[in-house]
Amino acid sequence: MPPRLQRAAVPLLTASLLALATACGGGGGDTAGTAAKPGEKIKLTIGLFGDFGFKPLYEEYKKTHPNIEITENVTQFNDHHNNLVKRLATNAGADDIEAVEVGYISTFTAQPAKFHDLKQYGLDRRQGEYLDWKWQQGLSKQGGQLLGLGTDVGGLAMCYRKDLFAKAGLPTDRTEVAALWPTWDKYIETGRKFAASGVAGAKFVDSPGEIFRAMVNQAPTGLYDDQDQIIVGSNPAVKQAWDLSNQLTSEKLTAKLAAFSPPWNTGFAKGSFATIICPAWMTGFIQEQAKDAAGKWDIATVPGGSGNSGGSHLMIPKQSKHPKEAAELIDFLTSKENQAKVFKEEGTFPSIPALYDDPSIQSFTKPFFGDAPIGKIYSEAAKALKPQHLGPKEAEVRVVIGDGLGRVEQGKQTPDQAWAQVLEDVKKIK
Amino acid sequence: MSSLPLAVARRRHRRGVRHTLDVRVSPYAYVAPFLLLFCAFGLFPLAYTAWVSLHDWTLLSDEHAFVGAANYVTLLADGYFWNAVFNTLSIGVLSTAPQLVLAIWLAHLLNRPLRFQTLFRVSLLLPNVTSVVAVVVIFSQLFGRDFGLINWVLSWFGAGAVDWAAGTATSHVALSTMIMWRWTGYNALIFLAAMQAVPRELYEAATLDGASGFTQLRRITLPMIRPTIVFVVVVSTIGAMQIIAEPLLFSASSGAGGVGASGGPDRQYQTLALFVYEQGFTKFDFGYAAAASWLMFVAVVLVAGVNYLLTRRMRGGLA
Repeated sequence: MPPRLQRAAVPLLTASLLALATACGGGGGDTAGTAAKPGEKIKLTIGLFGDFGFKPLYEEYKKTHPNIEITENVTQFNDHHNNLVKRLATNAGADDIEAVEVGYISTFTAQPAKFHDLKQYGLDRRQGEYLDWKWQQGLSKQGGQLLGLGTDVGGLAMCYRKDLFAKAGLPTDRTEVAALWPTWDKYIETGRKFAASGVAGAKFVDSPGEIFRAMVNQAPTGLYDDQDQIIVGSNPAVKQAWDLSNQLTSEKLTAKLAAFSPPWNTGFAKGSFATIICPAWMTGFIQEQAKDAAGKWDIATVPGGSGNSGGSHLMIPKQSKHPKEAAELIDFLTSKENQAKVFKEEGTFPSIPALYDDPSIQSFTKPFFGDAPIGKIYSEAAKALKPQHLGPKEAEVRVVIGDGLGRVEQGKQTPDQAWAQVLEDVKKIK
Repeated sequence: MSSLPLAVARRRHRRGVRHTLDVRVSPYAYVAPFLLLFCAFGLFPLAYTAWVSLHDWTLLSDEHAFVGAANYVTLLADGYFWNAVFNTLSIGVLSTAPQLVLAIWLAHLLNRPLRFQTLFRVSLLLPNVTSVVAVVVIFSQLFGRDFGLINWVLSWFGAGAVDWAAGTATSHVALSTMIMWRWTGYNALIFLAAMQAVPRELYEAATLDGASGFTQLRRITLPMIRPTIVFVVVVSTIGAMQIIAEPLLFSASSGAGGVGASGGPDRQYQTLALFVYEQGFTKFDFGYAAAASWLMFVAVVLVAGVNYLLTRRMRGGLA
């Protein structure tokens, strides 16, 4: 190519490059930068997993805050938390308010720089109202900042199908049922009786996964020690829970339905299992999934003493443009009155102990569960709760163990082989 | 030349330059947009992934230590990685081989005067435009253990309930069925297009010589559409090596346990792409995931290359 042509070619190529660059660059800029002017409408987004029962509260909130518009984004449990990790890391896409489940709370409180300190908005005044351990979970690792405010706690109970129990010749009254299983061994023994009676199409329990979680949560220490070290291999309580869970499998008491999967939902509708571990929030699930089974489910106390399974916090990522308004909304959603309201609608149990002795909670019953005094049952469960230290990769460890239980349940491995693989997998968690 | 006035000569020269410029440079300008986009979205990510794979790189920390080939060393010793390789190949073979045979057969059936020709051809493409989520959700129900349609039909023949998602072979069959459902019609249309370019005279001559329909398919159609077969085999192979949506959604909707990306509690149907996704986007170990995706890239090139050579050699057997 003669030099003259080269000189002409360079600007030509540059021009096409520039044209492309501007074409590609156009998309990014538009969405950012919507700082609110006073009096302007403010859009708040709130990211949840599952139904928190907040919808009626938004309507109520809008009456007193006409300039606030609230959009709820609901994602599936694991996706929700994984997405939040990604959105914090890339500093884009997070909602103004994000719900974080207790299994993930330590993951996020370990990154205080990614969240707004709710103390800035005066929410530390709420400390006196809360269960102390629930409050502590929302603090940053070093304890200096308040990153999340609690919504609910998951005090444990055991839900059971009265009709299936009656068919199996077992008692159906909730105090008599509770007397059947003071311990997990007795629970398995009851399961054996249930299986022996040969009720067609129904197993004793859905799957061992959530039972395992409940048993670990009842122990003073669980998957982590106080120094955030994973102690799955050395904590006898974990091994004991593992063995008992696998006993359910080996005695063929489980319906092999992984929790929250579509076949599990179908199992509710078809009455495929007679008992299910019932943290308070599970009652809302059952009511939703087993619509036709009103009056068939009832609630008894859980074997092996009280424990906490689940419960959430609400947090405000640093990327939120309206932290002040978001904090006000959190304050509203978690207020004593509203936690009580949500409990009555959705079943998620308050984390504010003053409510536990409140007559309206104490006397609260639900027709769906055969008028079981669920207010009283979960108040007792929550009062007796011994908090447990949760580590940063709590959820990931639980997934690894859940897969192990699944391998045993699907007949792929013996419990010992599965346990060995679980310990290997746990070592890989960084 | 020398008798022309200088200005004219210069103008002519300039016109000549413009012409040469047009002929020599314009083609580059025309392909530039593709090349630039390819560099931005193809080459750069490839190179950057290679760079990431040499680091201890997690999403949660801002420090990325250089570790050399450590990720690759760990990966080659990781049983879960090889398990994913095996699953990918197994699902790939189970889905691609029957799919192509079926596609050729369907194309052969449609490559003759038919009523409602367009209707048939359009309906071939319908499964392909269905959302993969819908396909997997529906098929997961069909393959359900307790209340699935397929187990119900099998029970007529006295078979016990098959736990499709739990077994390695059964889950591969289920996933291959979903993949075949989506892609058979699409490939059939490509074959059909190629078949229509085969000269009619060949078939007429063959008919006169008394060749049966099957012989015509084997001796005329297949050799004549060989370039298309090579193309479809290579493209399907590449597609099969990258399967992720089906196993990811299958584990969520089948209730086989295993949360999302592990492909079942025993990783019985975790494919390579799903393995990469699990490491990168549920464990946030980007360095490790990057190393895995590079090895996956190498594997795709290898397998596609082998299939290319095999299909090209097919001529010997056919003609």
